[in-house]
Amino acid sequence: MSPGFDILIVGIGGQGTILASNVLGEACLIEGRHVKGAETHGMAQRGGSVESHIRIDGEFGPLIAPGQADLLISFDLLEAIRYSHYLKPSGKMVVNRHLVLPTSVYTQKLVAPSEEEIITALKKYELCLLDADKIATDAGSPLSQNVVMLGAASKWMPLKSATLLESVRKLVPKKTVEINTKAFEMGRDAGGKN
Amino acid sequence: MEQNYLLGNEAIAHACVEAGVDFVSGYPGTPSSEVIDTLRLRPERSYYVEWSVNEKVALENALAAAWCGIRALCTMKHVGLNVAADPLMTSAYTGVTGGLVILSADDPFAHSSQNEQDTRCYAHFARIPCFDPASVQEAHDMIRDAFELSEEFHLPVLFRPTTRICHSKGDVQLGDVQKSTRVGEFHKDPRQYVVIPVNTRVLHRKLNEKQPAIRKRLVEKGFNRYEIRGKTAIIASGIGASYVQELLPPGVSFMKIAAYPIDEEWLGDFVQKHEKVLVIEELAPEVEEIVRQVAGCVPVFGKKNGYAPYEGELSPLAVAGIMEKAGFLKNPFPAIEPVQNIPPRPPILCAGCLHRSAFYAIKKVFRDAIYPSDIGCYTLGLQLGAVDTTICMGASITVASGIAHSGEPRDVVCTIGDSTFLHTGIQGLLNAVYNGANMTVIILDNRITAMTGHQPNPNTGQTACGVESPPVSLEALCRACGVSFVEGIDPYDFTGMVHVLQEAKNRKGVKVIIAKQMCVISARRAGVKRGRYTVDPETCNGCGTCVRFGCPAIEFVNEKAQINELCSGCAVCAQLCPAGAIMREAKK
Repeated sequence: MSPGFDILIVGIGGQGTILASNVLGEACLIEGRHVKGAETHGMAQRGGSVESHIRIDGEFGPLIAPGQADLLISFDLLEAIRYSHYLKPSGKMVVNRHLVLPTSVYTQKLVAPSEEEIITALKKYELCLLDADKIATDAGSPLSQNVVMLGAASKWMPLKSATLLESVRKLVPKKTVEINTKAFEMGRDAGGKN
Repeated sequence: MEQNYLLGNEAIAHACVEAGVDFVSGYPGTPSSEVIDTLRLRPERSYYVEWSVNEKVALENALAAAWCGIRALCTMKHVGLNVAADPLMTSAYTGVTGGLVILSADDPFAHSSQNEQDTRCYAHFARIPCFDPASVQEAHDMIRDAFELSEEFHLPVLFRPTTRICHSKGDVQLGDVQKSTRVGEFHKDPRQYVVIPVNTRVLHRKLNEKQPAIRKRLVEKGFNRYEIRGKTAIIASGIGASYVQELLPPGVSFMKIAAYPIDEEWLGDFVQKHEKVLVIEELAPEVEEIVRQVAGCVPVFGKKNGYAPYEGELSPLAVAGIMEKAGFLKNPFPAIEPVQNIPPRPPILCAGCLHRSAFYAIKKVFRDAIYPSDIGCYTLGLQLGAVDTTICMGASITVASGIAHSGEPRDVVCTIGDSTFLHTGIQGLLNAVYNGANMTVIILDNRITAMTGHQPNPNTGQTACGVESPPVSLEALCRACGVSFVEGIDPYDFTGMVHVLQEAKNRKGVKVIIAKQMCVISARRAGVKRGRYTVDPETCNGCGTCVRFGCPAIEFVNEKAQINELCSGCAVCAQLCPAGAIMREAKK
């Protein structure tokens, strides 16, 4: 069993989960810690459900087993519920209050749970819910919502907030460093200090 | 030496530069593509890189380079190795002078593949060494060893990372880039390179004679190693070894296999020191079969007696389950079920994808037809009911002609992407025309190999390294195969496309329609901007025609259609709407 800290980032292909996982990996390097991860590439990235595993202080495999994650960061409400079984009972959850219905709901007439139903179900975990799209837009670009999410989750991570921010600044495109710095800080404020 | 957080494939690419690679070829395929995607952009070392048109072509190029004494890498996914199997088998006979590493990435669980075959079986079949790394760092470190082993035994070496190596990340210790380069020089030696019967019989014997020394060397080098800790043992390979190490209880011996062929004598010594042995490996029972050969009366637990699955990928949870079943461990993971009845979110064609429009038109004109298709993003046309078969690269056209000649009375309309057509589709078209099939071929031409990450191909107009190249004329190519009906269309012009499809339907013989439009992802990256579309709620009568089109930009809320921010402005839905309720959004 891993003594480290396991984080699962989930969302929809194209939302920037890979950059978010790179930020965490780079932050581990800055702090001189081992890190392992696994992520979805290939066809599933075309608007499908995607997941990134990040294992801080991980020594062996890159995958987190169900019921073992310390923290789940979800860019979408439906994906949060889909992957919620990965969390430990004491696990924390940071979720973007945004629901993109899969096309299957329209084309195959499947029923998706409502926002309220999802939020009620998620409340059995310690939950931080935020409107990352709005915060990102206020920070200067809706594209920075992945960094907003990291900011909000930073209080629950065993990494220094300053290290995470350094890593964000290193990895985002140069033109967007200021917007993303603001996005991280606004996300951190929205997540609340711990 | 520097520490980096890298994708497995990026680490492998860097290791190739450290090992002094001189020549790189390959064909994209998940999960292997990022190796060349990384190598084509590395300025620290000068070497040749190409995206080849298919894996057979790639391997023959790399083999020839290695015959010239330089170090060559050839990359592909596992099923690509089937395409390259012809040169692979005989390259083991001819051998190499410079190191030749053939990276064939396996995809247990078929995350992005049509099957779950195991590259290690090819290594066994061809009698060449194979590396099976257990982590990103190990994959990095083994690349140099793979080139050295190839040169020591004058044999091509297979390198088999799996999805969870290629698309894993980790903190990787990198080495220094080798700056010195080699220049190829071919030394004529017909006894080595001309495999006429009199030569090949000798070469086959020599290949077999190399085997015992290879087995010994892999143990000496420490790729295959063990630790005795008790009376029971687990033998694991590849990523499975990492999962076992995470769970290994005290007092259980552990053997890690990272390279093949395995030294049977050495393996037998280990097995005989234990009362029972569990074998954990992904896909084929390659290790288990040899363990069983040397086990004598020591009980062996594995796939062959139902303790481990033959299919799918391993995970910490799966490995814990196998270890528990075989009596090695009490499963430490609580049984947890995912929340049920969550609507699935499979990958879908992008908003504005040319394929969706083409499929919709095909279904409209050829209502009751058979639709063979192929490998690419457009396989997702399955969701639109426009894909009836896919088997392997290029097999849309050949399956279509086979069905057409079978006596099946319905129309046969197949779809194939430009990269797949150039990979192995041309031969099928040539064959269909030559043998007089009646069928329609739609080439979905987005001028790029999109699904694997937008690699260029001969249709793109540039090489792997971004050098301009003459784009092939698909139309001329089809005409050269003997097709008389070849029409180019724009799939965003729905009415025009329907008209051309109708014309093809009314003719006999092989008809080819080339549906040309840029991939929407490439278009967005190139800065192409089309205005978004919107639904007038007053005019929309809620008929649902646009929603059935299946575009992720179209939603249905309170019995009316809505267009969201994913809209790329292709305007096809506006042409489909019977009420005329969809129009271009007014500029703000």
